[in-house]
Amino acid sequence: MPPVRVVESIGKPVPRKEGRSKVTGSATYVDDLIFPDMLHGVTVRSNIARGRITSIEFDPAVDWSEFTIVTAADIPGRNVISLILDDQPCLADTRINHPEEPVVLLAHADKHQAERARQCVRIMAEPLPAIFTIDESIQKNEVVWGDDNILKSFLLEKGDVETAMATAPIIVEGEYVTEAQEQLYIETNGMIASANPRDGVTVWGSMQCPYYVHKALAPIFGLPGGKIRVIQMATGGGFGGKEEYPSIIAAHASLLAWKSGRPVKLIYDRAEDMAATTKRHPSRTRHRTAVSRSGKLLAMDIDFTIDGGAYATLSSVVLSRGTIHAAGPYACDNVRIRSQAVATNCPPHGAFRGFGAPQSIFALERHMNHVAAAVRLPPEEIRRRNFLRPGGSTATGQVIRDEIDLNALLNRALDLSNYREKRRRYAESRKKGTVRRGIGFAAFMHGAGFTGSGERYLKSVAGVEATEDGIVRILVASTEIGQGTNTILCQIAAQALEIEYGQIEIAQPDTSNVPNSGPTVASRTCMVVGKLVESAAFGLRKKLQESGYLEPRYTPSEFRRACGAYIRDTGTLRSFSEYEAPPNVYWDDDKYRGDAYGAFAWAVYVADVSVDTVTYEVRVEDFVALQEVGRVIHPVLAAGQIEGGVAQGIGYAIHESVVWKDGRMANGQMTNYIMPTSADLPPIRVFFLENPYENGPSGAKGIGELPMDGPAPAILNAVEDAIGRPVDRIPLLPERLMEVLGV
Amino acid sequence: MFEKIFVGFEVNGVARQVETYPMARLLDVLREALSLTGVKEGCGEGECGACSVLLDGELVNSCLVPAIQMEGASIVTIEGFASGENLHPLQEAFISEGGAQCGICTPGMILACAYLLSKNPRPDDQQIRRSLSGNLCRCTGYTRIFRAVEEVAARGEP
Amino acid sequence: MRAFLRDYQMVAPQTLQDALDLMHYEPGVWKPFSGGTDLMVLLEAGRLMHKKFVSLWGLGELRGIEESPEFVTLGALTTYSEVLASPTIVNQYPLLARAAGETGGVATQNRGTLGGNIVNASPAADSPPALLAYEADLELVSAEGPRWVPYADFHTGYKTTVLAPHEIVARIRLPRRKPGWREYYRKVGTRKAQAISKVCLAAAALRDQGRIIRMRLALGSVAPAPLRCRHTEILLEGQRLSPSLVAKARQQLMAEISPIDDLRSTEMYRRRVAANLLEEFLTSP
Repeated sequence: MPPVRVVESIGKPVPRKEGRSKVTGSATYVDDLIFPDMLHGVTVRSNIARGRITSIEFDPAVDWSEFTIVTAADIPGRNVISLILDDQPCLADTRINHPEEPVVLLAHADKHQAERARQCVRIMAEPLPAIFTIDESIQKNEVVWGDDNILKSFLLEKGDVETAMATAPIIVEGEYVTEAQEQLYIETNGMIASANPRDGVTVWGSMQCPYYVHKALAPIFGLPGGKIRVIQMATGGGFGGKEEYPSIIAAHASLLAWKSGRPVKLIYDRAEDMAATTKRHPSRTRHRTAVSRSGKLLAMDIDFTIDGGAYATLSSVVLSRGTIHAAGPYACDNVRIRSQAVATNCPPHGAFRGFGAPQSIFALERHMNHVAAAVRLPPEEIRRRNFLRPGGSTATGQVIRDEIDLNALLNRALDLSNYREKRRRYAESRKKGTVRRGIGFAAFMHGAGFTGSGERYLKSVAGVEATEDGIVRILVASTEIGQGTNTILCQIAAQALEIEYGQIEIAQPDTSNVPNSGPTVASRTCMVVGKLVESAAFGLRKKLQESGYLEPRYTPSEFRRACGAYIRDTGTLRSFSEYEAPPNVYWDDDKYRGDAYGAFAWAVYVADVSVDTVTYEVRVEDFVALQEVGRVIHPVLAAGQIEGGVAQGIGYAIHESVVWKDGRMANGQMTNYIMPTSADLPPIRVFFLENPYENGPSGAKGIGELPMDGPAPAILNAVEDAIGRPVDRIPLLPERLMEVLGV
Repeated sequence: MFEKIFVGFEVNGVARQVETYPMARLLDVLREALSLTGVKEGCGEGECGACSVLLDGELVNSCLVPAIQMEGASIVTIEGFASGENLHPLQEAFISEGGAQCGICTPGMILACAYLLSKNPRPDDQQIRRSLSGNLCRCTGYTRIFRAVEEVAARGEP
Repeated sequence: MRAFLRDYQMVAPQTLQDALDLMHYEPGVWKPFSGGTDLMVLLEAGRLMHKKFVSLWGLGELRGIEESPEFVTLGALTTYSEVLASPTIVNQYPLLARAAGETGGVATQNRGTLGGNIVNASPAADSPPALLAYEADLELVSAEGPRWVPYADFHTGYKTTVLAPHEIVARIRLPRRKPGWREYYRKVGTRKAQAISKVCLAAAALRDQGRIIRMRLALGSVAPAPLRCRHTEILLEGQRLSPSLVAKARQQLMAEISPIDDLRSTEMYRRRVAANLLEEFLTSP
């Protein structure tokens, strides 16, 4: 037998699969597509937060016969955006529940005419009192959703918090607030639709989850799934902002296409995208913690509330994740987490990288520093005395089976960041000059994959197919949005089949052609879908080997020849794999107890900051991000995920502020919504540890959202170190820091 | 209601003429009249740099240039970088160093990097950060974009 | 892109005289347009009210930096990049160079012009405080001829100026100065680059043996127009620096400016930080 070369793709910095198209500008995003006969769509939206629509006025100076006009009355099926609770209409009919709610759609062949016409339609409404904050919602001065404004609530209990509190020597309380954050993908939302009763509905667009769009379109048109086709184009960033929102814009484009009989392109400009689409849920967390004099956590009583905006959308799931992460990587026998998502009349909030965890982890990691201060221990010591160890259990009672040593992780992060020496040096240097330096850290974990029984419910399927010339094509609905889906799935398949990375392709996600591998969210694409791709690949090879076309050991060229021969003789060569829950994973949906996630990634992030007492500006001077991730599939892409996530986390902490005016985002321009430029960011130093996770492809866990959790608490811990006063609300803008300093 | 005008200019070395409104954006002329869709709109307000092109050798935001001012100009877009199968060194470096993730800022970013290197062949870290501060990237945190620039600078190629 | 392009017209005359004649013939109908970095943003937002523009961009008469024994004179179309590339400006008028470097990113600096910035008359503009500190004069020209106006007299209120509808700003003249000025420019923006100013201080002081002989203080973003704080200057001139003088100067400055709350910042922040910047300047070694 000829010697077989070992082909290794995992862990290698192979070229990004679609990299060439991106660096040459030839990658096709939805706005790059032109269809013959295409119309341009625009959306007319409400300019009040809540009210009863009385009429829609069309300026008689416009020749409306040139336009396609769609309102709720034109919806062939149900007027609903189908997601979880089905409470959100596709187009507002009689009621307005938030500013920028879509009411009328227009289309015209000339996009300038369409835009001008948009300004000539007025939605007349009788205003109703509206609410915009968590407090207003909880107080129920106005009930704007359901009977009580509560979109969802959870109660998570472990042990006996009341008794522990009653006998506790020290109790530490704190309140922590996070505000909304805009995803700010550089490519705005957009869709092109072609739709008619005979052929059905096809949409092309910017999205993370083709099958979510597919599920939402079917009831709107009263069509069976086979008549709906959703195709993902190159997508310029998502970060969760294109998880559920694209269903709405796809529905709108499709309705215009249906009515006009022509393809319709609907692209939001930046101002519309900022004002009308989802943001990260604002949150308020209250901690009440019983601790022993030696710093041992005795009980954690946590109250976690998020603002869901006007409709439920994904709030229940965001709440779930935030709730489960609220008690963090600490061992505590008595935990109670009461959480709720409440409704207001802001545009619905939605998915954004981290999905509830950045909010509750911010609160926890700030609070742990307060607990440390209350028992006169340094922040690192309070962590050491309470970190979970293998065999310990989380707030949901999940037993940690990972061989993770959080103390070692913490020590390593502190070494890499020169934490101890800097802490001493900064304490000295603070006494003179106008710049105060500080250093702080956050320790956290992030669960990958859907919570609890979610993955079982999704029943994701992935496939691979071979072509006659031996190329293997991956068939998944998981999308490339910059994070590297295409590349790592091809690496995983190449590794599984022991052929070259160059022999693997990945099909464009097109629901008529690929199975539902679930949404591209929840840090699941590598860990869950990658595992399915791996097993589908094994299945493909098994078919070749069991039918005698391929030897047990083979070269990549022999593999090619085998595919060719099999296909010529048999027709097609495909293999699919469906998700099966790992054994020994138990989750109780009612009590919210058990194994919440298949795997956690663990991390300690350290922020070194300067506070300028002349301008009250905070600047991050250095940042260390250390995490344990199972296995690094692609070193450049993995580091890129962390670097980008840290940058967003820095924005979340000290730059990005949504200014609300009567429920509407008033600073919806890139000039006024401040994301970090290259001049604003520190060196971001990324380090990985690898403890392979047995159920991940080559041991990999999910990491997409992890980096969002650490920066804000680490930075505010550093700021408190610098100024000696607590800061417990983000974004920490200079105007707020000035107040904190009491000048 | 005003008339369209004819504007003649050069794009990537090729002479072009378009009929358009005097205040049409250079961005739209490139994307729509010339089908050069490599240049992208990210903000429509001159903040994000996704629309960056070279105009007479200078980096500009094409969303802010009115068509009438393009008369006689020489414009370079991302489509002018690769020659056939051969990528420009910056394009290769963006792939090898991970400078492109979602890719939407990439054409403008590569233009900005090329412009920087044309003015300063060996920039230091601060100079790179300053020069690229008009090109926003939401995916990468910029780290690997800086590495791509350093890679090309170290190779000493324009 | 929310503008209806058919409503807009722009012409590009070949000479400055042609442009001035057009503006003279129909005063107020044709507004000057240079690099477009402000006006195109309004166009794209659908908020550019004015519809007819005369492009000055190609007019060589408005470009260039000239030096004479008494003055350095910049053409109105001098871009921020050209300011940064001029050794004379960088070395002798560093506040203006600093301002140019703080204005937008490189692409904005390549197209933004001093004349455009001045005429746009935003109170938050970065160059005006430097121009006030340098006691710049502006040459306003029309078909009737030129006239010189001290820049300090140019702004009459929020976005209103002495520029007549048929005039343009042609040149910005900076007097040569004695050596020995200590200078300071600090812009506090919403981030380190590409930021609209929240507070901006351009300051210059001439000292002699510990006594302040001359003081110039100009601020942006703290009043309806760029502001030269003459009362605070007078309080400081002739005095020796001391902690109590600094405290008095802070108070005087805070009283002299009139900042507001807006999308980007608050009145209190602007007031306090303006005083902090002054103190930083006065107490720097």
